[in-house]
Amino acid sequence: MPLLRIPTPLRAYTNGQSEVTVSGSKISDALADLTTQYPALRPHLFNEGGDLRPFVNLFVGENNIKDLQGVNTPIQDGEKIMLIPSIAGGGYERNAA
Amino acid sequence: MSATLPELSRDEILRYSRHLLIPEVGLEGQRKLKNSSALIIGTGGLGSPVALYLAAAGIGRIGLVDYDTVDSSNLQRQVIHGTSTVGKLKVESARTKLLDLNPGIQIDVYNEPYTSENALRIAANYDIILDGTDNFPTRYLTNDVAVFLGKPNVYASIYRFDGQVSVFYAKEGPCYRCLFPEPPPPGLVPSCAEGGVLGVLPGTIGTLQATEALKVLLGIGEPLIGKLLLYNALDMSFDFVKLKKNPNCRVCGPNADIKELIDYEEFCGMPSHDHEEGSAGAGWDITVTELAERVKTNHLKLIDVREPHELEISRLPNATNIPLGQLAARLSELDSAEDMVLFCKSGARSTRALELLTSAGFKKVKNLKGGINAWAKEVDRNLPVY
Repeated sequence: MPLLRIPTPLRAYTNGQSEVTVSGSKISDALADLTTQYPALRPHLFNEGGDLRPFVNLFVGENNIKDLQGVNTPIQDGEKIMLIPSIAGGGYERNAA
Repeated sequence: MSATLPELSRDEILRYSRHLLIPEVGLEGQRKLKNSSALIIGTGGLGSPVALYLAAAGIGRIGLVDYDTVDSSNLQRQVIHGTSTVGKLKVESARTKLLDLNPGIQIDVYNEPYTSENALRIAANYDIILDGTDNFPTRYLTNDVAVFLGKPNVYASIYRFDGQVSVFYAKEGPCYRCLFPEPPPPGLVPSCAEGGVLGVLPGTIGTLQATEALKVLLGIGEPLIGKLLLYNALDMSFDFVKLKKNPNCRVCGPNADIKELIDYEEFCGMPSHDHEEGSAGAGWDITVTELAERVKTNHLKLIDVREPHELEISRLPNATNIPLGQLAARLSELDSAEDMVLFCKSGARSTRALELLTSAGFKKVKNLKGGINAWAKEVDRNLPVY
């Protein structure tokens, strides 16, 4: 089954799991399975209308699903799916007065 | 071309001799570096190794933008500063260090926030921009400035054990907005100030950023244009993904509708200084001195929304710990008729917790302004500040 890699900021919603085995033959199935296993992830990935949020980037292998067939992109057994987060950190904090 | 490049002095030939021995750099490459300039946004975790290595490499002119002062909590990762410069301006602390490392280069300092008002003017004077900022508004600003000026933006960002590096250069590939058309909503992605960062991580990632800048300036190798590097220190994994230009990109696409700098704080729905003490706004905040008085006479339920491991650093007696990430699922544990005060490290997470509770109908809730750190500074000096 495909493996979905969870970025650190979202691991709070997957009981700390860095990789989740998901079932399905396309991305939409995999995401449905992922959010069934971890319902708290749902609002972070989908908007109220059920569409993927624009800042959520999913890569199958090294390709963005936006450059493939979106959520209909087929996935193979054992394929690596990466959820790439939008992170802003620069390793410095503005020091509060 | 080489005739217009500056000559190297006898001292410089000795200083850069290990570069001159590499055919890909050589004498001409070193003269290119001497003739080049780089602007580094932020002199923090990423900016430290970036500035140190670019200065050591002999980039002729380096600009540093920051308006913060050095704090002892920075020194776990911001290795350009030192104990002797705590309290000093970061740009001045960094300039002193860089000129000690390489007195033959020029360091320009901009002790001001990087904003829509000054960014184009500042960046116009440099060949390349390195993004070492810590917040979404400044990242989108840095990207748009680079696109409008046609300059490469060497991007990196970090969180805990994860790092990302790319070269966003709209002339030759995608820009930051092609990958991230819009930022996540405020509060979804914790900052390093809230979530923490392994001190060596910006060292690893910033050094990669400096490497990419040198490659672009020298015109050698394959810079990360159209590629994103994803690093995880725990797994020691380096993954690469392909990035393509987004035909619908609002700044670099064929039908771009953003033609000038915008209000980035409004666009991102968050301030660019999101590490300042969180405030929920008038009427919703309680100060630590007010709280200290209130707890003497009233019953107040204290809700600590920090992560459990933070309670080992400091805690308030009788507080109930419900980490922010679990709050939505644990609302049934709370009684909306009870007076409640929410707190975290410095007020940012508790502000978001307050928004969550008020939208769920809670009315008798307050946010502890400045969090447990303010309590430790002003009420109970036995508690550590972190």
